[in-house]
Amino acid sequence: MVETSIFPADTDHVITTRQVNFFYGETQALFDISMDIPGRRVTAFIGPSGCGKSTFLRIFNRMNDTITGTRLEGEVHINGENIYENGSNVVRLRRKVGMVFQKSNPFPKSIFDNVAYGPRIHGTKDRQELVEIVEKSLIRSALWDEVKDRLETNAIGLSGGQQQRLCIARALAVGPDILLMDEPASALDPKSTIRIEDLIGELRNDYTIVIVTHNMQQAARISDYTAFFYEGRLVEFNATKKIFTKPREKQTEDYITGRFG
Amino acid sequence: MRRQRSEQIIYFLIRMVMYSIVLVIGYILFDIIRNGLPALSWEFVSEYPRKSGAEGGILPAIVGTLSLLVGTIIVALPLGICSAIYLSEYAEQNRFTAMIRLAIITLAGVPSIVYGLFGLGLFVLFLNFGTSILAGSLTLACMILPTIIVSSEEALRAVPRGYRDASLALGATRWETIRTNVLPYSLSGIITGSILGIGRAAGETAPILLTVAAFYLPRLPNSIFDQVMALPYHLYILATQHPEADKVLPLQYATALVLLLLVLGLSLGAIIIRIHFRKKYRW
Repeated sequence: MVETSIFPADTDHVITTRQVNFFYGETQALFDISMDIPGRRVTAFIGPSGCGKSTFLRIFNRMNDTITGTRLEGEVHINGENIYENGSNVVRLRRKVGMVFQKSNPFPKSIFDNVAYGPRIHGTKDRQELVEIVEKSLIRSALWDEVKDRLETNAIGLSGGQQQRLCIARALAVGPDILLMDEPASALDPKSTIRIEDLIGELRNDYTIVIVTHNMQQAARISDYTAFFYEGRLVEFNATKKIFTKPREKQTEDYITGRFG
Repeated sequence: MRRQRSEQIIYFLIRMVMYSIVLVIGYILFDIIRNGLPALSWEFVSEYPRKSGAEGGILPAIVGTLSLLVGTIIVALPLGICSAIYLSEYAEQNRFTAMIRLAIITLAGVPSIVYGLFGLGLFVLFLNFGTSILAGSLTLACMILPTIIVSSEEALRAVPRGYRDASLALGATRWETIRTNVLPYSLSGIITGSILGIGRAAGETAPILLTVAAFYLPRLPNSIFDQVMALPYHLYILATQHPEADKVLPLQYATALVLLLLVLGLSLGAIIIRIHFRKKYRW
């Protein structure tokens, strides 16, 4: 992927990777991936299971660090900073790069405490300030109207779709620029999925969103750019419209037309 | 038809085994209560023994056992929980930690008299604590550490990985994550396991025999370097060493009853704490 002509001239690249190789122990999971991810756009990663798209996503907030025996080669820059450089601050990185997981994982605490968790660990103590952050985040994640009267109840009592929107609110509460979403709707019913997709549409103007999805229709619906991964390699990366209408690579075409995967 | 029949037989057998266990425990309890209750009185638990235990109460033994338990908890609980946190949250899963785990499990099976001898050698003699509450508590703590570590580690591992991931992804450090989103959810399990260990410590005779217990000491301890009487050891003395073992039989039963009630009290406390945390963190 040398050409960058897929972006308009004034595009601001928020995430940049160069020759990234990634290993789980001796097993290489990603091969030589270089790509630029534009700011304030939705970029979708698609590809069959095990193609490395989730692994690649988790590189951007260094979540792979939590798995022992993993190793990365190459460079990853976020907002110009080499995040794998010695001395790079993981805590600060994760404040700027939020993540939503495949399986919704609200803490078994109150709805309020869930959203306030991030601000609290980052030092916000003032109750009024926390109340404002929680309200703002829940409004942004389109959950406020459903939960405003029961902020003190346990989040485990929410439905799957509500839980996932709560996780988005929780991620937004620490004020990130980038949102990583690892198949955020794959465990949800169609109605809840649409709500999440609508929400992504509302957030796209203010956040750089990178979403991993199994669902090609979803990628087509919500993303501006789409990257197709296969067996640990980035096969094709282009504007979503082009990927789904005129893919350059045979493999991409086979995948999106459902010939494999 | 035959499969259904064998299913019924297995079900019946398993039920009988369960009943027989309950029956045995029930009989032991019944026997202790029936024989111990008449001798149990306020005087018995609040007075000093007289005539080498043939008359009077068992206050020093109760205080002795309680102070040993407090000492054991103070030493074993933080050590055990910290070790479990290290093994479950920080240590890499490699051959070295596998060996540590194996060692811990092996230690859990070591006979208690061996801990007694170990305590005698290390705490009483080498560190020169003398036969004292300190030496006894440390010995009991060593004995129940494996139980606490193993059960605490299991409780920590039972916390879904998603909570850790979510917390880390929000920018929490590893310790913040453990403190706010792992430990609180596993606390009920940790406490249950710890109480099991502490209950065992309350009833053990062999480890304290060599490190702390006094045969007959009708006064209360002044410091952690004092010897004390202890309930299980007192019971052992009354039952086997006393010149008038038959005459003091009711006192033996009453002492056993007090020990049982003490352990029961501990378990009740644990259950209450568990219910509290289960309610607070439902998952």
